[in-house]
Amino acid sequence: MFQSLIDWLDRLGPRLYAAFLEGDRWRLYLEGLATTLELTVVALVVGVVLGVLVAVIRTAHDQQRPGRRRNPILGILNVICKIYTTVIRGTPMLVQILIWGFVIFASSRNKFMVGVVALGINSGAYVAEIVRGGLMSVDVGQSEAGRSLGLGYLDTMRFIVIPQAFKNILPSLGNEFITLFKDTSLVNTIGLTELTYRASRIAGVTFDYMPPYIGIAIMYLAVVIILTWFQGKLERRLRQSDRR
Amino acid sequence: MIDVKNLRKAFGDHLVLDDITESIQEGEKVVIIGPSGSGKSTFLRCLNLLEIPSGGIITFNGVTITDPRVDIDKIRQQMGMVFQHFNLFPNMTIRRNITLAPVRTKLMSQEEADDAATALLKRVGLEDKADAYPAQLSGGQKQRIAIVRALAMRPKVMLFDEPTSALDPEMVGEVLDVMKELAQEGMTMVVVTHEMGFAREVGSRVLFMDGGHILEQNTPKEFFDHPQNPRTQLFLSKVL
Repeated sequence: MFQSLIDWLDRLGPRLYAAFLEGDRWRLYLEGLATTLELTVVALVVGVVLGVLVAVIRTAHDQQRPGRRRNPILGILNVICKIYTTVIRGTPMLVQILIWGFVIFASSRNKFMVGVVALGINSGAYVAEIVRGGLMSVDVGQSEAGRSLGLGYLDTMRFIVIPQAFKNILPSLGNEFITLFKDTSLVNTIGLTELTYRASRIAGVTFDYMPPYIGIAIMYLAVVIILTWFQGKLERRLRQSDRR
Repeated sequence: MIDVKNLRKAFGDHLVLDDITESIQEGEKVVIIGPSGSGKSTFLRCLNLLEIPSGGIITFNGVTITDPRVDIDKIRQQMGMVFQHFNLFPNMTIRRNITLAPVRTKLMSQEEADDAATALLKRVGLEDKADAYPAQLSGGQKQRIAIVRALAMRPKVMLFDEPTSALDPEMVGEVLDVMKELAQEGMTMVVVTHEMGFAREVGSRVLFMDGGHILEQNTPKEFFDHPQNPRTQLFLSKVL
């Protein structure tokens, strides 16, 4: 019993060496981590832009004044947005990634772009719901005050409602960022050379799976802990400005 | 100035305004009183289409504003509104609260609007609050700011929806003083309120509403001294 533990520990050094140091493999992990972070940030930007767009279209449609002729363009856009969120939120992310990678962009060499599209479009559907909730959390009196001053719908949204909603949605947006960061590991299936891809390739070369996978798990965890810490700090600061 | 014909408003099956016909002349100070749920706030909110009437016609200076083709933003620029809960924008300084609408609607340049804001703030004695945020102000101060924010658009009529109901008793006076001053300058005003003293002193006409109807209207003196309708008499006996 003890002997096998000692043997295991004895072999651990060479295994770690093979997984991280031999042939400067640590660089591959760092490059992978950089790609993962880059992918997360770019996909989140795409997701937020899409999400805000969808949320504004959907709330604009829902807030149309009853009894008046409904805007037909808005109606069509609203249906498109509804289909988008239903399809994206109703199918597994991995399946979406496989479809983007092997069906829609099967011939594309630019894996990073495919990853951004897959993750960004997925994230957009969730961000849309977060933003919609945020927009609805702003007191109706605020938009009534804006409209009563003669400001149009878009100006009222832009200057009054969205800035206030932003504060409410920032915590959920932080969570979405963390979720997205972890979900990037799924795009290794389409051959995007991010962190998980690098680890599985190294494991395949050294025939030793434990050190690379435990290693990247620790890296993911470390990044998430750092992000959570930033998020908490930001929220505290926002709460302070509320008391201003 | 404002003509209301056969105005109806229903929320679902609940009829809040039942066939109201009324007109408000330029320079009038119309005070609307009545029990809660009588439809007085809804009536006021229909005047600038914050509530969409279920039926009837409203015209403002000859323009039929209930017509769907009318640009309601242009109409609202000429009608100021003050709310019970102030509805200042908490994410902006007081100065920006006041200047946002005039600048965005191209009524004024930013410099003109800043000057106008300074003048208006001076008028209500709050010029030192220009760079403060709404959360730093008392209720009375907030409501005075809300009034000048509406005035910055140089409206032709001011609508007040229970402007003192959310205030501490101590602060009611300072807000009513601003409104009285405004009335003396000849502003056309429509005021929904529970302040009977204000109605008597400032109003040129008092409307009493209950159950979606205007039951009685008269000059303040006649209205308070010789109410005709039994419902009005009952209401006044309770509040006076």
